[in-house]
Amino acid sequence: MTKYILNRLFHSALVMLTISFIVFFIMFKAGDPVELMLPPDATQQDVVDMRAALGLDKSFIVQYQKFLVNVSQGNLGNSFIYGQPALDIVFERMPATMELAVIAMILSILIGIPLGIISSIKPNSITSRIIMFFSLAGISVPVFWTGMILVLIFSVILGVLPSSGRGEVYLFTSAFTWDGIRHLIMPVVTLAVFQLALILRLTRTGMMEVLMQDYIKLAAAKGVPRKVIVYYHALKNTLIPLITIIGIQFGQLVAFTIVTETIFAWPGTGKLIIDSIQNLDRPIVVAYLLVISFIFVAINFMVDVLYTFVDPRVRV
Amino acid sequence: MALLEVNNLNTHFFTRGGVVKAVDGISFSIEEGEILGIVGESGAGKSITGFSMLGLIDKPGEIVSGEIIFNGEDLVKKSEEELEKIRGNEIAMIFQDPQTSLNPVINIGDQLMEAVLYHNKKASKKDAYNVSVDILNLVGLPAAEKRMKSYPHQLSGGMKQRVVIAMALLNNPRLLIADEPTTALDVTIQAQILYLMKKLSSDFGSSLILITHDIAVVSQLCDKIAVMYAGRIVEYGKKEDIIFDPKHPYTKGLIACLPKLDDDKERLYQIPGIMPSLLSLPEGCYFKDRCEFADAECDVYPQLQEIDGRRIFCHKVK
Amino acid sequence: MKFKNELLTEYFEDKLAVVGLVVFTILAIFAIAPALFSYQNPYDLTQLYLENSFQAPNANYWLGTDEQGRDIFSAIMYGLRVSLYVGFASTILSVIIGFTLGLISGYYGGWVDTIIMRIADIQLSFPAILIALIIMALWGAGIGKIIIAITIVNWVYYARTARGVVLSEKEKDYAQSAKALGMSNFSIIFKEIMPNTTAPIIVIATVRIAVAIILEATLSFLGLGVPITEPSLGSLIANGYQVLFSGYWWTSVFPGIILMVLIISINLIGDRSRDIMNPRLKR
Repeated sequence: MTKYILNRLFHSALVMLTISFIVFFIMFKAGDPVELMLPPDATQQDVVDMRAALGLDKSFIVQYQKFLVNVSQGNLGNSFIYGQPALDIVFERMPATMELAVIAMILSILIGIPLGIISSIKPNSITSRIIMFFSLAGISVPVFWTGMILVLIFSVILGVLPSSGRGEVYLFTSAFTWDGIRHLIMPVVTLAVFQLALILRLTRTGMMEVLMQDYIKLAAAKGVPRKVIVYYHALKNTLIPLITIIGIQFGQLVAFTIVTETIFAWPGTGKLIIDSIQNLDRPIVVAYLLVISFIFVAINFMVDVLYTFVDPRVRV
Repeated sequence: MALLEVNNLNTHFFTRGGVVKAVDGISFSIEEGEILGIVGESGAGKSITGFSMLGLIDKPGEIVSGEIIFNGEDLVKKSEEELEKIRGNEIAMIFQDPQTSLNPVINIGDQLMEAVLYHNKKASKKDAYNVSVDILNLVGLPAAEKRMKSYPHQLSGGMKQRVVIAMALLNNPRLLIADEPTTALDVTIQAQILYLMKKLSSDFGSSLILITHDIAVVSQLCDKIAVMYAGRIVEYGKKEDIIFDPKHPYTKGLIACLPKLDDDKERLYQIPGIMPSLLSLPEGCYFKDRCEFADAECDVYPQLQEIDGRRIFCHKVK
Repeated sequence: MKFKNELLTEYFEDKLAVVGLVVFTILAIFAIAPALFSYQNPYDLTQLYLENSFQAPNANYWLGTDEQGRDIFSAIMYGLRVSLYVGFASTILSVIIGFTLGLISGYYGGWVDTIIMRIADIQLSFPAILIALIIMALWGAGIGKIIIAITIVNWVYYARTARGVVLSEKEKDYAQSAKALGMSNFSIIFKEIMPNTTAPIIVIATVRIAVAIILEATLSFLGLGVPITEPSLGSLIANGYQVLFSGYWWTSVFPGIILMVLIISINLIGDRSRDIMNPRLKR
């Protein structure tokens, strides 16, 4: 077991390293930040001096090494726009993004799985077909469209929900205050719709395949009640592979917060990155990429390890 | 009165391609403690017969008509809840492929104890545990107590099948249905498992329906034999009669296929042709296209003939 | 493997799937020849009159006009073309690249396989939108670039599928005997094994086309997609979003509805195709 964990840890570290290389490479190729950092009336000599001061006249390898050293010390430079350490700024905005992602994920799971199960038991019933149609619509609608329609209905036409910003925060989250909840509803629903539909469909397909297996028939032949067969014998087999998918999907969810935060002017990292890309604030972009990559790699690692605990067939 | 009496059972499947009469009007019976062998090729309807006994027919299939009288009551008329009480309890089933018949994510002990607890409301978990360990020992599973915590993938095929048999026997069933219980196992294990089943059913006093394509197996274990072809029974009677004096051409063919040590033949006998698809059955006797005795008379399906307690469906037998 | 006719008849048994096919065909026709159906070419500045701006849907402009007097209906026709073009072009490219790489990876194995799969793994642990975002952010807007970006995101799925099929097929008898007969590796891959990969690829493609179109729409909505001179449905929606609060809802709602209808129809077709080709869900 420890061997497996170490193996996965090593693999994750390797991935992080590769990503950091790619990120750095892209940044390197993207051009010279010096022009941006200096005032417009700087002379050619100033440019040369600045480049030397920043170490930008050194070779690729040397710069990469310096980069790695800096990263390991948590130094990702200061934001061109905000003037403060890029990493700090990213961390500051992270909780808002995580709040959206986590709540949306929980919602998708709590609603998606039960509906998936229901539509798998009698796949051709009216209820199932209705559920399936809505789930199809759910995965067909881009995140930004869901958000926009919600804003149109609830903010512009009905005027009952705020269309932007985050509410009052209490204990790190805005979910505990009424004002917070009012601001949370639409962004969370926007994020959750796609996820929910996806989880629903995966659960349904999984359950349908499992319910056709011999061991389900044997359980029935043993006289196990139908409800137990569905919610225990079948569900357990369906949920196990679903865990890995949900883990990966969480990464997708975090990425989609970029869109959601843009629409709802939510003060998280998504809005930050879009603004930073448009403002050419390179340190923030680098910091964001590295932090996000780390989160994904960490999630994948945890899912890998969790899986060995949950699936008896791969327990080491 | 017979323990189980099946009268004119019809189990049909309503598929996109047409109605498939998997079980097309069969009748048989079993006394207490008797072993009945249902023999036939793949697709003859043997397994479906077995599943029909327990009402385990999924869409698009349905028991269309007939009676299954078990203990004086017609199972066809029973509700799903009533059937759930009987399954795994008074009637138990052993499946064919041990690799797929056990739930891969639940341990052996839980799968066994479950069978006990659902049919014995007063039993405690400890009781269920003890009974399960006892039964595992009885079926010859080595290190039974340790195995309670094992998962199916940790056991070999033969061991898994023993677990499946144990599960069926847990509640002392009056009738056991074994669907090709040894087909998926190594030849060396097959004999062991068959012997085990015969011994246990006699020890427990259960009747056994043994479904198989292997006529050699039924000739060893069974008291009565029913030969099935394309959804119907073509010959039915005592084992001795059928094995030593087969009357239906199909039965004769099946027996002729068996290799005999004292035979000087160079080639094994094969019944020519294949069983017709249930979606395109011929007019008249279903076997006629493969039968060396068939003629124009066989274009009408043969009527039942009873000869010395044996039931036959063939024009050429008088 | 079922025969084509059987598959087609089975497809048409589901009413909803047929609706999906019909709707998609209609939209595709609009997209191929928008000039035939639209009132004006909204990107020809000589056809625009500012005094027509922000008209609500009326007899002249069925779906209203935007801030420059562009007919929304026409804009949607042209936008459809861009959306579909990007979606299909990137899918075709991804299929070709992914398929080829997957076949090579699966057939030759060894370090080629390891490298390709490692790259795929790393890429898969990243959400598509992030990858596309970075590419667009760094290399700038442009239809060609966005097609490349989406291709880079999607090739992995086709590669893995193709590789999976190759791995299971190459051990089979027909492949082995072809080798024993002296067929070159190239021929074996393309003549013997490839036909077996068509069905799984179609299954994956039907999912990924919709994803590609959504991805392009999202990027355009964020301003990082197609250029303003050739807007796709996503850009139209983004444009309209800015005036949503002033009450000019038609500029974004109508393009959005058409986008949604497009994707739903693709998914209906895809769902049905997958169901009829999936042997595991049949008795």
